[in-house]
Amino acid sequence: MNIDKRHIISILVENEFGSLSRIAGLFSARGYNIHCLSVAPTSDDSISRMTLVTNCSDTKASQLMKQLDKLVDVINVKDLTDETHIEREMLLLKVKSTLKQRDELKRLTDIFRARIIDVTDTTYTIELTGPTEKILAFIDSLGKIKIIEQVRSGALGISRGSESLEIKK
Amino acid sequence: MKLSGSEIIIESLKKEGVDYIFGYPGGAVLHIYDALFAAKDIKHVLVRHEQGATHAADGYARACNKPGVVLVTSGPGITNCVTGIATAHMDSIPMIVISGQVSRHYVGSDAFQEADATGITRPICKHNFLINDRESIAETFRKAFIIATTGRPGPVIIDIPKDLTDPNIKINFEYKKNIKIRSYKVKTNECEDKIQDAAKLICSAKKPMIYSGGGVVLGKASTELTKLTKLLNFPITNTLMGLGAYPSSDSQFLGMLGMHGTYEANMAMHNCDVLLAVGARFDDRVTGDTKQFCPKAKIIHIDIDPSSISKIIEVDHSLIGNTKKILKKLITYTEKHKKTIDREAINKWWKKINSWQKKKCLSYSKSSKVIKPQAVIETLHKISKGKSFVTSDVGQHQMWVAQYYKFDKPNRWINSGGLGTMGFGLPAAIGAQLAFPKEQVICVTGEASILMCIQELSTCLQYGLPVKVINLNNRYMGMVRQWQEFFYEGRYAMSYMDAIPDFAKLAESFGHIGMVIDKPENLEKDLTTALGYKNRLVFVDVITDQTENVYPMIVNGKGHHEMHLAPSANEDIELA
Ligand SMILES: Cc1ncc(C[n+]2csc(CCOP(=O)(O)OP(=O)(O)O)c2C)c(N)n1
Ligand SMILES: [Mg+2]
Repeated sequence: MNIDKRHIISILVENEFGSLSRIAGLFSARGYNIHCLSVAPTSDDSISRMTLVTNCSDTKASQLMKQLDKLVDVINVKDLTDETHIEREMLLLKVKSTLKQRDELKRLTDIFRARIIDVTDTTYTIELTGPTEKILAFIDSLGKIKIIEQVRSGALGISRGSESLEIKK
Repeated sequence: MKLSGSEIIIESLKKEGVDYIFGYPGGAVLHIYDALFAAKDIKHVLVRHEQGATHAADGYARACNKPGVVLVTSGPGITNCVTGIATAHMDSIPMIVISGQVSRHYVGSDAFQEADATGITRPICKHNFLINDRESIAETFRKAFIIATTGRPGPVIIDIPKDLTDPNIKINFEYKKNIKIRSYKVKTNECEDKIQDAAKLICSAKKPMIYSGGGVVLGKASTELTKLTKLLNFPITNTLMGLGAYPSSDSQFLGMLGMHGTYEANMAMHNCDVLLAVGARFDDRVTGDTKQFCPKAKIIHIDIDPSSISKIIEVDHSLIGNTKKILKKLITYTEKHKKTIDREAINKWWKKINSWQKKKCLSYSKSSKVIKPQAVIETLHKISKGKSFVTSDVGQHQMWVAQYYKFDKPNRWINSGGLGTMGFGLPAAIGAQLAFPKEQVICVTGEASILMCIQELSTCLQYGLPVKVINLNNRYMGMVRQWQEFFYEGRYAMSYMDAIPDFAKLAESFGHIGMVIDKPENLEKDLTTALGYKNRLVFVDVITDQTENVYPMIVNGKGHHEMHLAPSANEDIELA
């Protein structure tokens, strides 16, 4: 109950001025960390969906859920952690690729089902989607290959089955 | 009907039944003030500092349970409101703050008197709005009132750029009362079964205790709480914010609990086996050490705010929803299960409580040489027959009012419990007096606190408000001094009040009556005279015992059973 663990939380929020800072503000004011956060519009323009990852105990998480729910702009909120759900994250990685390294890079991207989406005479840019562990494993596997730049989307999560966070029209 | 943005604001306020606005003009709200000039049904109260406006609106709301309304300009106008908004927020007081903003095309350019009002107030309010277009003014006002007054109430800020209030641009005005805010819901979990279970648990108690807070006052559930308590014949305590929700003069009332609560209330909390918490939030000033809080009790918590449940103390049974409604149902089920109450056990419990009461923890050493602050409050209670509205500032004087002015009705005790804001008392009294012009309103303050909003004496004169200011003048920031005595070996760093003004003369210069009482034998006579002035503000500077402390006291990190008692308390009584 009181051991910190990773919680992944989905939030539907009014796409309004200040909504994001209300949520971010709640985290800082109440001493929670935001490990990663992604925000984007939904099928309904007036609603944004956020996926947020934080580390805390279950007790603190349940308090956090109530505090999020209390924000006037929040339409719906759910802790996906303990139910069956799917998570994906996207990685864009720019690496140095000398002639010698090109084969090795190509092999690694194939193994991880990543794609090379841009090539220059000295670099490759690679795209990879998958659960966070896979992203980390891929980065790990690069060994001595030099990473020039790395961009991660943060986790996105969705529950399995017929359930939906979205409000019925 | 075609109206300008300013007129829409005024009409919206009228539709919401607003009778008073507390405000202060400035550039960004001049269009609104111009529209207000023409309005007949709304009275504007010009304060002397925007902080005063927020506290006055707050005091008004606390006294009559209607939202207080504030109107201020951009920049310094709204930043001066921050303390007052936070004060209202911490105590869940419904309030609407309208702040002017620079015109839309200046927003973000560091224009003259521009401040990010919504950014600054975001963490200290229930919600806030920055209006972006004329068409949404009316709807935003409706939303703001809904949010401020429903569920757990709180302050809502509406920031409106000046160009939207332009008198020359008029649009259609329609005020739709029934609007839905899809993202805002007041959640409940009450169902007959849960309430019945709670009633059974309550009736099974052998050492029950009821602990109620400000939620009962805000939820207008005082009658129901009293009825339930009477029906059960159980002991009850109130938090600082809940005083008056249960009549203090009743024999089942054990006094306030917590840091400066009574011995009997705290001991009953510590030893009870079933605790019914109603509209209270387990604040740290109430619980003391949470690990030692009600160690033997099953806890039932009734509250309107789901996030209050198990926030500080894990509870066994929660009823989330409207306090009044839930208590009503609880009464019905309690009547049904009443016969299962173990009356013998309850009688034994009462005997135990009576033994704690013998400690006489609120006794204090009387004096014929210096005026005891406790005696001032007892005398005030006697003269006003316990019927006044009493506001206070923050410090020892506040605790003494809570302990010695036995409130019998809700909404009469108006103080900043959550934020603990010095400067609150006088402007809050303005609001209470306007809400109840015929009632006696007393502001009990300290010589340090009163100076934080002393300028509002001028407002009192302008509107002929006959508030009675009782200044417990101990020449110390008493509460600070008390902590320094206890925890810093009497090193009174910066808590001595030097260069204190002559308050009586100060009040006179503001156009009021000033009085000084410095002899115990004059106390009752002179206070009677002061309270007797029907139409005048009287400022009574009472020179009190300089080093008196507030007892009982639970120091930080201690449990309810580990109180410091006054030296005068009855030590001989055998307890345990
Ligand atoms: C705005 C603000 N600043 C500081 C404090 C901290 N504080 C709490 S009580 C107190 C002293 C109050 O002195 P006084 O008004 O004379 O009341 P007394 O305790 O002497 O009755 C202070 C400084 C506060 N509560 N509010
Ligand atoms: Mg003082």
